[in-house]
Amino acid sequence: MVVKKAPRTLFDKIWDAHEILRNESGQSLLWIDRHFVHEGSFHAFNKLNARDLKVAHPALTTGIADHYVPTRGRSIQVVTDKVRSVIEQLEHNTREHGVTLLGLDDPRQGIVHVVGPEQGLTQPGLLMVCGDSHTSTHGALGALAFGIGASEVAHVLATQTLWQTRPKRLRITVDGRLGAGVTAKDIALAWIARLGADGARGHAIEYAGEAIRALSVEARLTLCNLSIEGGGRCGMIAPDDKTLAYLKGRPDAPEGEQWEQAEHYWRTLHSDEGAVFDREVTLRAEEIAPQVTWGVSPEEALPIDGTVPDPARAASPAKARQIQDSLDYMGLRAGQKLTEVAVDSVFIGSCTNARLEDLRAAAEVLRGRHCRVPGIVSPGSTQVKQQAEAEGLDRVFIDAGLEWRESGCSMCVGMNGDQVGSGERCASTTNRNFKGRQGPGARTHLMSPAMVAAASLTGHLTDIRELTR
Amino acid sequence: MTPFTELSALACPLPLENVDTDQLIPARFMKESRDKGYGGFLLHDMRFGADGTPTDFVLNDARAKGSEILVARRNFGAGSSREAAVYALVDYGFRCVIAPSFGDIFSSNSVNNGLLPALVSEKDCEAILDALGDRPGELRVDLNAQTITAGDRDFPFEINATWKIKLLNGWDDIDLTRARAEDIERFREHYTAAYPWVTS
Ligand code: SF4
Repeated sequence: MVVKKAPRTLFDKIWDAHEILRNESGQSLLWIDRHFVHEGSFHAFNKLNARDLKVAHPALTTGIADHYVPTRGRSIQVVTDKVRSVIEQLEHNTREHGVTLLGLDDPRQGIVHVVGPEQGLTQPGLLMVCGDSHTSTHGALGALAFGIGASEVAHVLATQTLWQTRPKRLRITVDGRLGAGVTAKDIALAWIARLGADGARGHAIEYAGEAIRALSVEARLTLCNLSIEGGGRCGMIAPDDKTLAYLKGRPDAPEGEQWEQAEHYWRTLHSDEGAVFDREVTLRAEEIAPQVTWGVSPEEALPIDGTVPDPARAASPAKARQIQDSLDYMGLRAGQKLTEVAVDSVFIGSCTNARLEDLRAAAEVLRGRHCRVPGIVSPGSTQVKQQAEAEGLDRVFIDAGLEWRESGCSMCVGMNGDQVGSGERCASTTNRNFKGRQGPGARTHLMSPAMVAAASLTGHLTDIRELTR
Repeated sequence: MTPFTELSALACPLPLENVDTDQLIPARFMKESRDKGYGGFLLHDMRFGADGTPTDFVLNDARAKGSEILVARRNFGAGSSREAAVYALVDYGFRCVIAPSFGDIFSSNSVNNGLLPALVSEKDCEAILDALGDRPGELRVDLNAQTITAGDRDFPFEINATWKIKLLNGWDDIDLTRARAEDIERFREHYTAAYPWVTS
């Protein structure tokens, strides 16, 4: 290996290790270590098949059924013909091309970004891609991971490589300690509200600082997951003892001598002293309050003790129209207290916040209480579901009045038919409050799992700090 | 892919920020096969009410018929990596989107489908929108010169150098990459030796 003297960032170290060559105009051809496909990847397989191409390295791609899977039981008969057809296309395409599939009935099934880390497929230093924007999640373990489109998926399948322009580097440092009831979700919504939903566009993000080090690996996954909502190409956190402890013993993690070798390398994966970032942003953990979104972009987030913005106070007429448009869609009044916004339902799920710690946090709030509004809980993976059941969390949710479902993307995107009704308001642990994201006309408020649980108990957006005081 | 060099065409204003890919094509349409085209799904829930009747959305205006350029505000194509958002634009007839910022994945998806994501400054974008005056109007886009002409005014736009070459020539990455097969194989050997745990 070439030893370079100049200090480098974590991102640069991984990028450099994967660069096969650079073309005349500066684009790099990168080697891809791990690739995931899901039902939506049928467009990419169609492209491949149309050109009569084979998958170059089938062992480096894993198929996972998540976007369209039914969550009321596992029978494929309950979904519509078209939904069934996309699930079956994934089965067919992976079989034809010799790609391993974690399908509906596989005990390892789950949402791709939950399964990767859980199985130990996600490791520090890897370059990972998937035809899904939340691939940024895997950066929590110190991987360089990003979402790609269908043409790029076809390219990876055919060549195990990808052309990319090197992004700029942005370090987001969160100093200090988070207050009670404040989570990784709140850190993410806070920085996105500050920098904008395109604030990190064209940048690879590294999260650093005391508050980040203090996060559990699962919380780091939540934070990196949301990098794309601020426009980041990827989000990453340098691996540390916690990362290695998390990874050790997982089915696809290296073992024995290979673990030793890998660990030796992983310990070098951090930004060197003096490494230069193109941009630096610093937040104080103590200043972050539990966040909720009020509008139709993740940047439209505010501390829960705030009020709905007033277009009359906007900086420009264009901004005022934008706020008014969001308020109209969301059915909110300027100046209304956020804690007075009533919700119709709740959803606990998605690759953002449906890991075991998330379910525990929500169950903690719900234990022995009863919800005022209905809702669904869909664990991030089948394994998370089993672990949660072993701890009795399923009973807590069911006793509180929520539905305990199978694992899948479910109401995060509504592709399988789990949707929020038009005009209905949902407090959700997901990642996108876009117009129509949870169903046509659906109104989504993003927040942490404990905050969603709190809203389900009171029937309106609620400050978790008040509830648990 | 059809090369993109110059385009003089009707441009439709869409003066909104954060037109995300969920709006460009709602998720429920993405299980359809592309055979019949995705144009009908483009911005579906803005163009049609819940009962399927057309709204007064700008694309439904008779004067917008035949538009090949879309002008929007910041963060166009944010969100999901769904290339279907680009299929919807392309199948509807669009060849260029002008905005002050785009979602990164949307931009590369666009280029891979011959759709030009022309990046302009916020100020120039507002000037172009003003020139159109909230209704479709003629614009000229010159990719070689990287300029947009509205009336008698020229506005520069940015595009990644590699993407420019790809669009100008209508090139496809897979062919270009396969020509590098030897380099890739040489890299793979060296790489698997250096990081043996990755592939075993
Ligand atoms: S849970 Fe939602 S955001 Fe995550 S992969 Fe599934 S659809 Fe995408």
